[in-house]
Amino acid sequence: MAVNKDILIDYILHLADNSMILGQRNAEWCGHGPVLEQDIALTNITLDLIGEARSLYQYAAELTGGNSTEDTVAFLRDVMQYRNTLLLEQHNTDWAYTITRQFFYDVFHYYLQEALVNSADERIKEIAKKTIKESAYHLKWSSEWMIRLGDGTEISHLKMQNAVNDLWEYTGEFFIPSETEIEMTEIGIAPDLTLLSKKWKSKVEDILTEATLSIPSSDFQQKGGKKGLHSEHLGFILAEMQYLQRAYPGSEW
Amino acid sequence: MEIKLEALFQDKIDQEIKIEPRDWMPEKYRKTLLRQISQHAHSEIVGMLPEGNWITRAPNLRRKVALLAKVQDEAGHGLYLYSAAETLGMSRDEMFEELHSGKAKYSSIFNYPTLTWADMGAIGWLVDGAAIMNQVPLCRTSYGPYARAMVRVCKEESFHQRQGYEIMLTLSKGTEAQKALAQDALNRWWWPSIMMFGPNDDNSPNSAQSMKWKIKRFSNDELRQKFVDVTVAQTEILGLSIPDKDLKWNEERGHYDFGVIDWEEFFQVVAGNGPCNKQRLKARVDAWENGAWVREAATAYAEKRELRTKNQTEAA
Repeated sequence: MAVNKDILIDYILHLADNSMILGQRNAEWCGHGPVLEQDIALTNITLDLIGEARSLYQYAAELTGGNSTEDTVAFLRDVMQYRNTLLLEQHNTDWAYTITRQFFYDVFHYYLQEALVNSADERIKEIAKKTIKESAYHLKWSSEWMIRLGDGTEISHLKMQNAVNDLWEYTGEFFIPSETEIEMTEIGIAPDLTLLSKKWKSKVEDILTEATLSIPSSDFQQKGGKKGLHSEHLGFILAEMQYLQRAYPGSEW
Repeated sequence: MEIKLEALFQDKIDQEIKIEPRDWMPEKYRKTLLRQISQHAHSEIVGMLPEGNWITRAPNLRRKVALLAKVQDEAGHGLYLYSAAETLGMSRDEMFEELHSGKAKYSSIFNYPTLTWADMGAIGWLVDGAAIMNQVPLCRTSYGPYARAMVRVCKEESFHQRQGYEIMLTLSKGTEAQKALAQDALNRWWWPSIMMFGPNDDNSPNSAQSMKWKIKRFSNDELRQKFVDVTVAQTEILGLSIPDKDLKWNEERGHYDFGVIDWEEFFQVVAGNGPCNKQRLKARVDAWENGAWVREAATAYAEKRELRTKNQTEAA
């Protein structure tokens, strides 16, 4: 079956934007972390995420052709054209929210790479082979922090439970397939999200239990990011990120 | 006894034998070093802020990643330096307290604001450049742990300096607007950069003793002159001009002459009245205070785990 190039690009952008926007959010922490060692650790993760996004943007730019580059793809698309899920654009709020957001993504990101190393698309497969090593480390790091803070002091437990409760409604979107994902799954480029969802739930339950945190009972899930319907936050993220490219169009940096 | 120990100590210094943490050392040597190394560590940590300010706004992905990695390197330098300072008998937390209370100082340069992207170039080129001039001799400083930390720091700093210069080069070869950004950044960072070497030699009270103990190897003015000489040539390549009408080559001295430094400004910034002193310190205090619950939880969890392991061992 022939691959529709536009749909493939749309899928690549979804993968890339997830890591890019989380990386952009995490980068706000640089220099402000609670402990110097963890400031460094979170920056490492951020560097991995942006590195992965760059590889994918480069691929998208090649498929797009013309004067497209990783930077035109990242810096010259507006909110409606971004394909990340809503979770990743949420505010850092504090270390509890940041860790919880990271953990929810890491579980998804890791199992996604585990599937993408068998993707029918060679390039996505190659990128996933590199990314899976990094995301395995990210998952270990954020899982340890979930447990440490959930099972730390009364205050830390409360803060973590609040973060879990508040962010929970943004976790389902990973597994609600977009039209693009449905097509990509049919031709073996993207994985079956139902399967991924089971793995995600099981891992999250294990870690939250060890962290003495309870799993929210609410079933309602927000969605829209994958087709460009974002929260109000993304506009500000992009305004900051794209400011120089917009203010000085066509310049070399 | 004390006199004899001190003579032995000086003898070691003169023979270029490194002083190690367990060796006897004069109390004033220990204090001077502790002040200098902790101040240096604080400068790395506070120095993350003006550049961190531009990570989310970096103009392209390559620059974003490079800037993130650079600021992260500074955190790493802070770590090595705090560790070196700890060998002199003060904990990292105690050093943080001194920073937060205003008792300990950090390099005044970081109290200036970063207003445009070109400041990322100017800081790398000038501020890191000046820091390298100061720091390369410290790789041979008499205190072992400090000298070894500085070897690592210097390697990374020279990479940062090249990176900063390359940003300036790109801007100065860019559009008129970009070139103007580069010149503006040079105008704002030039004088604070040459102030980084500290007061003139005849006005630097601790220098003579530090030279004798080989904590320092060159005087403030010698290093400043070297920096000016090197930087003038680099500025010419950029096609930019240094904001000093008195700057000119002095054939007789074999050096550039330069204008009088506004020491009043320098001492005002040291005293806490620079444009960003309050914001920088507040950012550090906020990070520390907002992170208190995280550190407490990590300690509590580690204790719980230890207790559980102990109980399990006893039960078995």
